[in-house]
Amino acid sequence: MKPILEIQDVSKKFTLNHQGTAYLNLRDKFSHLFSRNSRREEFWALKEVTFHVNRGESIGIIGRNGAGKSTLLKILSRITPPTRGRVIARGRIASLLEVGTGFHQELTGRENVFMNGSILGMKRSEIKSKFDEIVDFSGTEKFLDTQLKHFSSGMQLRLAFAVAAHLEPEVLIIDEVLAVGDSAFQKKCLTKMLEVSSDGRTIIFVSHNMQAVKAICNRAIIIQSGKVAAQGQTDTVVTQYLEEDHLESRNTYDLTTAKRTKWKHGLMFQKLSFDKHLYCPGEKLIITIRLMSNGQNFKDLLFGVNLYDSAGNCLVHLSNIFLGQLDITHDESASYQFTIDSLNFKPGRYTMNLFIRANEEIQDWLEGAAVIQIVDGNVYGFENSQMIQGLVQPEFHFEQLL
Amino acid sequence: MEQETEMIIEPSRALSLNFRELWQYRELFYFFTWRDIKVKYKQTILGVVWVVLQPVMTVLIFSLFFGRALNVPSQGIDYPVFVFSGLLLWTVFSSGISNAGNSMVTNAQIIKKIYFPRLIFPIAAILVSLFDFLVSFFVFLIFLIGNGTPFHIGQALLYWPLAIFLTVLGTMGLSCWLAALNVKYRDFRYIIPFFIQALLFLTPVIYPLSIVSNSWISTLLSLNPMYGPITIFRLPFMAGSPDFRLIELSIGSSFVLVLTGIIYFRKTEAFFADLA
Repeated sequence: MKPILEIQDVSKKFTLNHQGTAYLNLRDKFSHLFSRNSRREEFWALKEVTFHVNRGESIGIIGRNGAGKSTLLKILSRITPPTRGRVIARGRIASLLEVGTGFHQELTGRENVFMNGSILGMKRSEIKSKFDEIVDFSGTEKFLDTQLKHFSSGMQLRLAFAVAAHLEPEVLIIDEVLAVGDSAFQKKCLTKMLEVSSDGRTIIFVSHNMQAVKAICNRAIIIQSGKVAAQGQTDTVVTQYLEEDHLESRNTYDLTTAKRTKWKHGLMFQKLSFDKHLYCPGEKLIITIRLMSNGQNFKDLLFGVNLYDSAGNCLVHLSNIFLGQLDITHDESASYQFTIDSLNFKPGRYTMNLFIRANEEIQDWLEGAAVIQIVDGNVYGFENSQMIQGLVQPEFHFEQLL
Repeated sequence: MEQETEMIIEPSRALSLNFRELWQYRELFYFFTWRDIKVKYKQTILGVVWVVLQPVMTVLIFSLFFGRALNVPSQGIDYPVFVFSGLLLWTVFSSGISNAGNSMVTNAQIIKKIYFPRLIFPIAAILVSLFDFLVSFFVFLIFLIGNGTPFHIGQALLYWPLAIFLTVLGTMGLSCWLAALNVKYRDFRYIIPFFIQALLFLTPVIYPLSIVSNSWISTLLSLNPMYGPITIFRLPFMAGSPDFRLIELSIGSSFVLVLTGIIYFRKTEAFFADLA
């Protein structure tokens, strides 16, 4: 049988506009007519990506932020066309790049199920026949006729995922949907996806969560700077990816160009540095942060520094307010420092989220801003580190009381 | 079955209007139109009554100022009937292009996350205007009969649907242009309201084209896609025959607009997600 998806030499070029706006305006267009010094830059997000997906396969696509994974998904979902190359698809594709696309706050839960379902490509009759199942799965039956704006964000998410879970395409494309929601919800999503893949349907799954990729996918592909860097058995590829990432862990990050979850354009994270490249369990970790502002006055700073393990568990949440340091006003020359006296975690790779609030508004929010690598070893000096299972290695005491 | 589902995704090349695909997604027209109507009247106390109230108030004001105070001629019919009939179609046009023109930008979040033919957005926006039209059309009918204005029923059955069709055509043409341009150049967000306002005075809504004596100027004004439908719509209750050459000109310009509009839209839609 022919593969269900053939991706052939797909490349995608973006033209970056250095005025800070993605879209054009007429004034620029006119001024370009007269001056040729356009401040534009070409950027290939994908370069000659080729791979096949067979019917019933689950493929994981992994790579760093900005490697081109999302662009690839957008091309496969037909949201944006490739610049070169082509994709042959032999089956109905549904893509889930976001949960709850088209949800409208003014509509009721019931209305949104229909709206969202039909945007995702379901027929009205199909939604009708699955309606009860969807509602059941979401657990929001009591609120069905309430406007969505009165739903909690968790409920909205559950409803949205319930609709998506009842799609029955031959190919399902999923982008990081699991990154949201609490761990119970994530588990539910994961179970549903396993169910879908064991149904013999094809899944393309992009995630930073290696645990989830390993659980769902039988094959994985690494995308690195727009190219396929490796592909093969999930376990092998994931291991290779983690090793390469390890080599690349740095101790200073320029954050001015990082991808942002939320940004008010006033105050931003400029630089992040650690005191070392690699850490051993139990070592001291010093995180130094520099901020850059647009000259306005920013007061009541609230920093948030979170550390996640590769399964997405939030292990650490640090904030100045926990220590009662409330009245901090930003100074352009200042650095901000968090120190963890003993980094007593299991060896592995930890990603960091950064968050800053000032003037009672979220100013900047970066997910996966940096990586901290804790190398083999343990706090106790025990010779067989592999034997220690706990995520946290606290100092502890033991004695035999007679 | 297996053969039929093969689909190729590649760089956009030769232009294809692909109406078959539009048909495949027909349910989305319904859903987006339904959503916009629902959302529009949610949290309003008067709800759909606004659809009636708006034109009635405008007719009242225009009749007082232009009809009474300024004595604008109205080709032998009562000025309120003249203005109401003009405003009826004009509202479809103006609300249509203003909503459709902004539809790509207001739905940017959806455009960036999922694929379906983008043409659905401007068309659904125009369908919303048509829904409003249906409501105000009945008010107009009641008004027409209540006012005792004689009208030719046979002509009405022929000309009214034709006028509505031409209105939708002209609205569609401009909407496609504006929606596509708006994605690329956000300047159009500011241009559209101004453009609509200016066009109102270039359309025979509040005055008849007959007051323009210069034939060059009236030819130029009839290039306006709304000139044709409004004139045709008034035929059943209007004495005398209009200049059919001018109507043809207006219809011709509608067809050119709609054709070029859809082509331009289709040519640029592939990049909406990158720009929106």
